[in-house]
This record gives sequence, structure tokens and C-alpha cells, in this order.
Amino acid sequence: MPQITIDGQRIETSAGKTIIEAALDNGINIPHFCWHPGLSVSGNCRMCLVNTGFPRKAADGSFERDENGNSVIGWGPKLAIACATPVAEGMVIDTKGERTEHAQNAIMEFLLINHPLDCPICDEAGQCKLQEYGFLHSKGQSRYNEQKNQKDKRVELGPNVMFDGERCISCSRCIRFADEVAEQPVLTFVQRGDHVTIETFPGTSFDSPYSMNVIDICPVGALTSIDFRFTSRVWEMSFTDSICPGCSRGCNIKVGVRNNEILRLEPRTNMHVNQYWMCDDARLTQYKFVNENRISSPMIRSGNTLAPTTWETATARAAELLKNYKPSEIMVIGSAHGTNEDNYLLAKFAHSTLKTHNVDFFRHLDNHFADTFLRTNDRAPNSHGIVEVGVKHEPSSGVSMDTLVERIKQHAIKAMYVMGDDIAANSDFASALTGIECLIVHASNHNATTALAHVVLASTTYAELEGTFTNMNKRVQYVQPAVATQENERIAGLQMSRWDKFGASNDRWARGERRNCRQNWQIIQNIANLFGADWNYSDSESVFKDIANHIGAFSGMSYNLLQEFQGLTLGKADSPEPKGVVYQSHTLKPN
Amino acid sequence: MNVTKNTEKDRLNFWEKLYLPEIARGLGLTLKQMFKPPMTRQYPEERWEPTGSYRGRPVLVLEEDGERCVACSLCSRVCPALAIEVQAAETTKEKERYPVKFEINMLRCIYCGFCEEVCPEEAIVMSKDYELVFTNQEDAILGKDKLLIPIAQLQDRLEFLRRYK
Repeated sequence: MPQITIDGQRIETSAGKTIIEAALDNGINIPHFCWHPGLSVSGNCRMCLVNTGFPRKAADGSFERDENGNSVIGWGPKLAIACATPVAEGMVIDTKGERTEHAQNAIMEFLLINHPLDCPICDEAGQCKLQEYGFLHSKGQSRYNEQKNQKDKRVELGPNVMFDGERCISCSRCIRFADEVAEQPVLTFVQRGDHVTIETFPGTSFDSPYSMNVIDICPVGALTSIDFRFTSRVWEMSFTDSICPGCSRGCNIKVGVRNNEILRLEPRTNMHVNQYWMCDDARLTQYKFVNENRISSPMIRSGNTLAPTTWETATARAAELLKNYKPSEIMVIGSAHGTNEDNYLLAKFAHSTLKTHNVDFFRHLDNHFADTFLRTNDRAPNSHGIVEVGVKHEPSSGVSMDTLVERIKQHAIKAMYVMGDDIAANSDFASALTGIECLIVHASNHNATTALAHVVLASTTYAELEGTFTNMNKRVQYVQPAVATQENERIAGLQMSRWDKFGASNDRWARGERRNCRQNWQIIQNIANLFGADWNYSDSESVFKDIANHIGAFSGMSYNLLQEFQGLTLGKADSPEPKGVVYQSHTLKPN
Repeated sequence: MNVTKNTEKDRLNFWEKLYLPEIARGLGLTLKQMFKPPMTRQYPEERWEPTGSYRGRPVLVLEEDGERCVACSLCSRVCPALAIEVQAAETTKEKERYPVKFEINMLRCIYCGFCEEVCPEEAIVMSKDYELVFTNQEDAILGKDKLLIPIAQLQDRLEFLRRYK
């Protein structure tokens, strides 16, 4: 275990680590552009140059001391790059001294020679590594009077990634990402010297399902998202930690919201789940349904149309309809898109209030979506969790999804309570559901099932709820609201951008819709109470406490622990996996 | 008890307390003013033309090939009253970005000029326009149609900025 000294701080580290890794483990951030913990070391940006040395020894082998008794350091003849220099016993590293600072200033000046400084146009502005270091390690004025290099400014490297050659500082992070992580080695440097730029090999396109991660790791604004380009400045959005609902991997994400609309999704580092990455499909598809085609209030059917109504009327109607049927005639369908809390109360509602054994859920399997990296074949975030909390087929007595169509046709099932899933998207169900007497649906978006429903209860999407998802590796992860509804607008801790915080009714920029939707468990509680259940869960946390008390696998878990450790594995709440150092390359600083 | 007295009775001398001489003196002052040139102006027939340093309604500079603004939203960020809303979009021009929507809520604007000061393109400047009357709140939100002013009309301000900013 080599002992090293960084800026006067004695650090014990393990052999084989580089200086930058040892520093990061101990909370010291050495400026860098090209180094990324998820990629190989390339050492080409030279930003992480540090002054290194060793205590000088006298001829007799003892350490030389100055007049104050401190050891005399023999500094190296040249600075070393912290990203590629392994630590050695007794090494002394200076990351802030005059010599290091001089080098950092020089590197910044060098990088800025050909950088266009079009920050007002650039999407990266506000979370740019070059801007940040320009502020910290640069003189603020240029000595370069010559013409800057002109390069191509709008090159589509792939269907989702736009490249601006002038902004590029040639750190090669994207090239290494394509080679090592996306495993689609199509990017390369071409030309030499200050003419160097990045291209795809002729006839290829950077269309890997993970290509958009290069936008996040690009330390400048050279790579931008074609989907997002110029939609918003980063500081106008609020970023809320969340979990991707696109598949059972449960990638940790950040949700960027402005004016109550999701504008983009970004990955969030979690070394136990998705490391630093997420897939393009999720980035492009998992936010639009939150913004568009929403059911913004509960509805009940009158004749051929669904009419908006109040929550009291809708829940009373749902309860009234359900009371007409025998328990064995009612089918309750949970949702793998719902949280553990939602499904726990749904199972409790079915078993103890409706007293039916017909409980099951629909699996969203898609083998074409799966790959060997992050994407899985289960397109719902919580299939494992809902089985744990009790939404599962009872083989002895209950009706399952497989026999449901047949039972509806036999009129054995006359009423259905569907939480969240669009089961009518499946054509078999669609034809069967037209013949059902009572269909009560929780839904966030208009779809084929809501078109057939008798009562539609407006539910939240993943971006508006508080709860937990259990991923394919049985890791329970916490989700919090990023988008405001009429219900959650005033809850403590909702992240809001400056726009959302200070907007008044006469501001056009603050008119994002606040929908009248509720979390599934709240709706279920209201209906159950009309059956005389007398539940009084005040928030998602109280439901989760109930789960933790009643279901063994969840025992010991709490929202605080889930947030602290970025998720806990079922049954292992006492021995959480250490969170480790969470590296975020560059993000918006709190403003 | 330590009481400081400063009543009107203490302050006035004998002649002032008599009242009538003071009335005459006041009327004399009024009479003198009547023969001096007036300080007021016959607005709106007579209008005041402010100098380049005047901070009137903020406007966008319109050049021959379109607006200067690149929709960087710095004005909107720096605005202490949150009066400005900018929505950017992409164009095929050399400056890739332009404001598809630019609105200033004149009910919020406090004429501080921070937007002009922060603007990296000298695209938003304070004009000489001080005549702002609205009959409802929606009218007070000025869009690009009202904000874009040809550069020829803004020369005084641009000259002032060049010299003193």
C-alpha cells in the first residue's frame, strides 16, 4: 500500500492506481479533459499535468531535512500527467503550486487558440469543462491575433449525434467510447496538428444504440444531441434524480425539466447498475409520453364518450361498479410500470377488499430490444418488484393472463380493474375487452385500453411520482417527482428551475400544465376506503414502511437508505454495497 | 426629564408670527415665477428626445440580414425581474441559432439595462422609447414583431455603448 502526499495531505492508496485515481478516491479533483474512469487512458489533453517528486535522500540513506526539519523534495525535471503516472511509495504531488498552475494556464491557452468561443450558441455552455477550467485556470484574454482554423461545423456522425469540428479539443473520449464501450469502432482522428478533426470511417455511421453517451462525456460542445439541439439552456432546467422506466435494467438518470415539461434525460453514475451510461432509445422515447397525449383528469363514460369529472365522482363510480360483481368475476391486473408501493396496495386491495384471487400482470417482453450491455428484454422497470409485493398469479384458484381472454369470452370474468398497462394494445385482449361489462383503468396516457374503459382514473407517470422500482438484479431504487401535478406541486424537495419557481399567472413561460393526476396507490386507497377499508397512508413513504414491515425481502429498507446508497438489493438491506466515488464528468453547477 | 423643544412657536421670529408679511412674500415669489420661461412641456404635442444614455424600453437590433440575437438566453438569465423569455431554434445560417420566440413582459421590466450589459452580441439595447401604455396584461408582453427595431434607429445608443460600456 504506497503512501503518497497530495498537496500536503498524506494518502494511503493501492499500488497500480494512477495519481488522478488516487486523488479522486480522496476527494481531490485534478483538472482533466481526456481522462474518464470508464475509458482507457489516452493522456493527450495534458490538462492533468502535476508537479511530482520524492523526498531527497542523503548519501547515508537518511532523508535530507531543511532548517525547519521538513524533508527536502527533489521535484521531477518535468511535470507528469496525473492520468497516466502510477503512484509510487513516498511520492509527493503538488496540484496547486506555481509550477502546476503555470502548466495549466499554458495548456488552457493552447486549447483555446482554435476554440471558437461561440458559447452563446453552444448547447454545452453552463456545464462545459472548457468553460469551467477557462474560469479557473485561464488568464481571461488571448494573445492569439491570427486567424482561427475553420472546420466543418455541422457533421452528423450518426442519426443522433451532431459534430462541430471547431469546438473539438481532440481529447478522443468519443473515439475511445466508440471503441471500448459501444464496441462500434467507427470514429477516428484524421489530419494532423491543428488540422486534426474527427470523422467516421467512409461508409459507416455512428449509430450504436449507445451513441448518445458521447454527448455527455464530450468535455466541450463539439458533440450535441440532434434531438435536443437548442431546445433550452441547461440553467433553465431543473435536474431531478430518477430511474429510467424503459427496461428492467433501471438505469439511473437525471430528468431535465423546464416549464413542467421534460426536455431531456441524462445518465447518472451508479457503478452497480449502469456505470456512466444509458441507451439512446431511452433518451429518445422515455420523456415524450410524459409531455404529450396525457389524461389530465379522471373521466367516466357516458354513452360513447368519456367525460372529465372530479375525483370524488370517479372513485365513487368505480366502487359502485365493482360492488355489482362477485369476487370471482373480477380480474385485477397490476403493472410492471407501476412502483412497488402502487402494486403492494393493489394486491392488498384485491386480496383483502375485493377478496378476489384473480390477480396477475402483463409482461412486456421484447427479445429484439435486449443486448449484452445495458438493454434487457423486459421493457418494464419493475417486473421483479411487483411479484415480491404480491401481484402474481395464484395457480390454484386465480385466473392468469394466459387464460384471461378465454374467461372473458365465457363471461366468467365480467369486471376488470387494470392499473396502468395498455393491455388492449395486444389485439387478443382488444377484441375480448369490447365485450366486458365493467372496465376500470388507471392510465397516464390516452391509449387503446382507455378508449374501451368505463372509468378512467388519471395516474402519474414515473416522472411525477415518489416510489421505488426493483430492477432485474433485485435492486430497489428510489424515484422522486420531477414534474409537478396538482397533487404534488407543494411537496417538499421538488426540484424546480428558476422559471418554475417564480412564474406568475401572467407569465407565458410559466403556463406548463399541472395535471389533475394522482399516484396509483392514492387512487386505490380512495376506492378501498369506499369499501370500508379505512386505510390512511399519507405519502409513498408510509406505504413503503408498510412494505418494509410486512415483506421480508424489503425489511430494513427506507427511502433515506435507498437514496444514500443509490439503491439496495432485496434481502440485503443490512449489507449495502458501498457507493464508492461517484464520478460525474461535468454537470451544471448549483446556481 | 430631559426634553428638547422645537415647536413652531420657538422657530418663528416676531415678523413671521405676524403671518401677513409672509403671505405677501410668498405671493411675490409666485408673481416673479410668472414672468420666467416655463419648466414644463406641452406633452404630447411637444415631446422630449432623450440622449443615447437614456434607458428606455429594451429592443432587439435588426440588421439587414435579420436579427443579431442568437438566443443565448443570457439576458433572460440575468434579468432580475424575470421579464424576458427566449426560445431558441436552429437555422441554416452561419450563426446556427436564432430566437424563434423572444418576449419581454414590460410589466416586469425594471429598465435596469442588465440585459444590454450581458449581451455578447450587442443584440438587445435600451431604446429611447418611454411611451408604454397598455390596456391589458397580455398586450404588455412584447413579441419579436414589436421588439425588432432597424439598426439605423438605434445609432445613438450603439454609439453610447461603444464609448462608455
